Amino acid sequence: MRRIDWRGALLRPQFMALAAVLGINWLLFPGFFDITLQDGRLFGSVIDVLNRGAPVAILAIGMTAVIATKGVDLSVGAVMAIAGAVAAVLVTGGSSAIVAVGAALLVGLLCGLWNGILVTYLEIQPIIATLVLMVAGRGLAQLVTEGSIVTFSDPVLIFIGTGSLFGMPMPIVIAAVLAIGATLIVRKTALGLLIEAVGVNRSAARFSGISSGLLLVVVYTFAGFCAATSGLIVAGDIRGADANNAGLWLELDAILAVVIGGTSLLGGRFSIPMSVVGALIIQAMNTGILISGFSPEFNLVVKSGVIILILVLQAPMTSQWLRKRMSEGKAQ
Amino acid sequence: MVEGAEPVVQARGIVKIFGQHRALDGVDFEVRPGEVHALLGENGAGKSTLIKILTGAYQPDGGEVLLEGAPVRFSDPLDAQRHGIGTVYQEVNLLPNRSVAENLFLGHQPTRFGIVQRKVIEARARDLLAGYGLEIDVKAELGSYSVAVQQIVAIARAVELSGKVLVLDEPTASLDRNEVAKMFEVVGRLKARGLGIIFITHFLDQVFEIADRVTILRNGRLIGTKVLSEVTATDVVRMMLGKDLAFDHGGVGVAEAMQGPVRVEFKSLGRQGKVAPFSLALHEGEVVGVAGLLGSGRTEMARLMFGVDPADCGEISVGGRVVNIRNPAQAVAAGFGFCPEDRKLDGIFGDLSVRENIIIALQAKLGWFRALNRDEQIEIAGNYAEALDIRAANHEMPVKLLSGGNQQKVILARWLAIDPNFLILDEPTRGIDVGAHAEIVRTINRLREEGLALLVISSELDEVVAYSNRIVVMRDREMVAELSGADIAPSVIVAAIADNPGAKVTAEVGA
Repeated sequence: MRRIDWRGALLRPQFMALAAVLGINWLLFPGFFDITLQDGRLFGSVIDVLNRGAPVAILAIGMTAVIATKGVDLSVGAVMAIAGAVAAVLVTGGSSAIVAVGAALLVGLLCGLWNGILVTYLEIQPIIATLVLMVAGRGLAQLVTEGSIVTFSDPVLIFIGTGSLFGMPMPIVIAAVLAIGATLIVRKTALGLLIEAVGVNRSAARFSGISSGLLLVVVYTFAGFCAATSGLIVAGDIRGADANNAGLWLELDAILAVVIGGTSLLGGRFSIPMSVVGALIIQAMNTGILISGFSPEFNLVVKSGVIILILVLQAPMTSQWLRKRMSEGKAQ
Repeated sequence: MVEGAEPVVQARGIVKIFGQHRALDGVDFEVRPGEVHALLGENGAGKSTLIKILTGAYQPDGGEVLLEGAPVRFSDPLDAQRHGIGTVYQEVNLLPNRSVAENLFLGHQPTRFGIVQRKVIEARARDLLAGYGLEIDVKAELGSYSVAVQQIVAIARAVELSGKVLVLDEPTASLDRNEVAKMFEVVGRLKARGLGIIFITHFLDQVFEIADRVTILRNGRLIGTKVLSEVTATDVVRMMLGKDLAFDHGGVGVAEAMQGPVRVEFKSLGRQGKVAPFSLALHEGEVVGVAGLLGSGRTEMARLMFGVDPADCGEISVGGRVVNIRNPAQAVAAGFGFCPEDRKLDGIFGDLSVRENIIIALQAKLGWFRALNRDEQIEIAGNYAEALDIRAANHEMPVKLLSGGNQQKVILARWLAIDPNFLILDEPTRGIDVGAHAEIVRTINRLREEGLALLVISSELDEVVAYSNRIVVMRDREMVAELSGADIAPSVIVAAIADNPGAKVTAEVGA
């Protein structure tokens, strides 16, 4: 197996950015890194960052694979709303939590399948194909909830959003399992390489005998599954399904997380763990702005500034320049 | 050429290092006014690197560039252009959907009160092109003209913007005979105007036809600069390769070798509007050449065989068993391989490594869940890279950094790795330098001897004749002749191609 260059990996701009954002948070709020154990669950600002960041991190896992194929999935926010609505309506209608969760995940898979078929077999550009479900999906979610916010008190659903396992909040556990599982699957099977090949040159992939159609459908379906999982967490957290606001604009955060993680929108090379790091950077900023006492309006402006900085840092030009400066520094 | 005139542009002791690789090592080069100076070398010899340094795309790590005797340092190609050095590439990089006139003056349109003066532009464009012997409608879209005309427009634009030195980077690669003549006429006029012209090509005969001097590079070193009237083609090839060519060009055709059993058989395979139904059986250890004009259905036939376009009639059998091939994945499963004509578009995965490019078809054949691990990949890539003599600094570098000939060998390696039954090569030697060319031809012969069945499409008749056991001729999307034995000769093939009095032999010529 490949030997991993840990030092080089930790010096990546994403890790430096994450450390910088966390460091600033610590300066603003000295108790930032404090972690306490209460009633068998960990509490603290860092845990909060992980917990709040989990939904976008999960979306980013699926989004990474989609973007690696040179696609994009704008519908994941809407799919979150649909999944939450389906689960909430089922449990309030008397179904068991298992059925509700299963149905919500199944609906997510079907939404992803729909996207995959539009992209692959109808050959609609991904941004347009998934825009269809982005717009229609919220309508579907509203149809399911009949326009109201459906609240529930089912302990299993609430556990998914707010419970904990071995002290870790469930959203973190779920995100970690999905991230590790997905990474292992793409790297231990040939899927990772084949996805990259399709993203780099779809025509050459076809000429090489790769069934890119099936691969694309699987990738979009997986993104739908991730979105549904994320939707269950958000619904469990607020103990209800809000068809209008659940997952609103989160597709953009997910895309951003993937791009910050270093996967190009032009497709090809991708890294699921780095996309998760990207999602954590975004959440650490959100939390930092919140605890610093700035009004939330600042959030978006500060966020965009930091994002531009990170993207500049990871641009090839910058890294060349840095390397040159560093080698000159050594020479002196 | 002005004898002994001071060079208009000169490179002295140029060194360029990429990582650990010295792409150029102390190279001297000069162009005098009114001279056509050819730059030759195998792929990877350093031609493009030298040109990129002369035109400011790269900065040299050592040595200096002098423009009319004074040292210069261009920050980028635009800067070089402002100083008088213009470049025209093989692929015309102008805007096909804008008019000829707009393309000529894009970025420096004459304006009055900030408004573009269309009439003035068009008049000036007509005058300008008339100077190149080109009388065309300058208001028409550039893309509506042939590549040759587009090339001349690109030259006119480059000369207009620069005016001292013109770099022609393989300008004739996609032109036919008449178009090349037209292009050379233009080059002749520019030469008479006193421009220094640097001419890069793979065609030796063109070098002797138009150039005054030639500079030859090999592995980043200067081998020599010669006045062409004082050397022969053999001298030049020997300088390029450092050895004599190892395959006898246009030698006796391959002996009939149909003793092997039938490996692959196509029965009345066809597709409406693409190729009329054809039948062809390929034996073990047999090379079938495909000849025909561009657009005769050569490539379409290959695409049908490989399932890129599914056939709507006929059947395919491998080793006597009928197989269903509706897409390339099924063709690969049946043990077929296909090296497509357009390497960049359909062949290579530019951002993926050499290793990944070699194992990708095998991995696609094995499926999603039987992944080759990294060691297996390194082993396979290493074996085939060695067998085909793929020259890459390492196998982890992106394949797009390799020269065209090496990229072609990577694609060939990709198919050999699946241990194929049947291999289709579409124009395997197009755009490849002489050395790699000879190697590809040698490889075709070796694969035949190892018992593979090959179908090779090529426009180079001498080449097809040299390695084919049989030749099929395509015309108007139909297989019109099958030649074997003594009939395998360029004259017979040409006769077969031109047999039909209505054949549009000149259909692809001119604007």
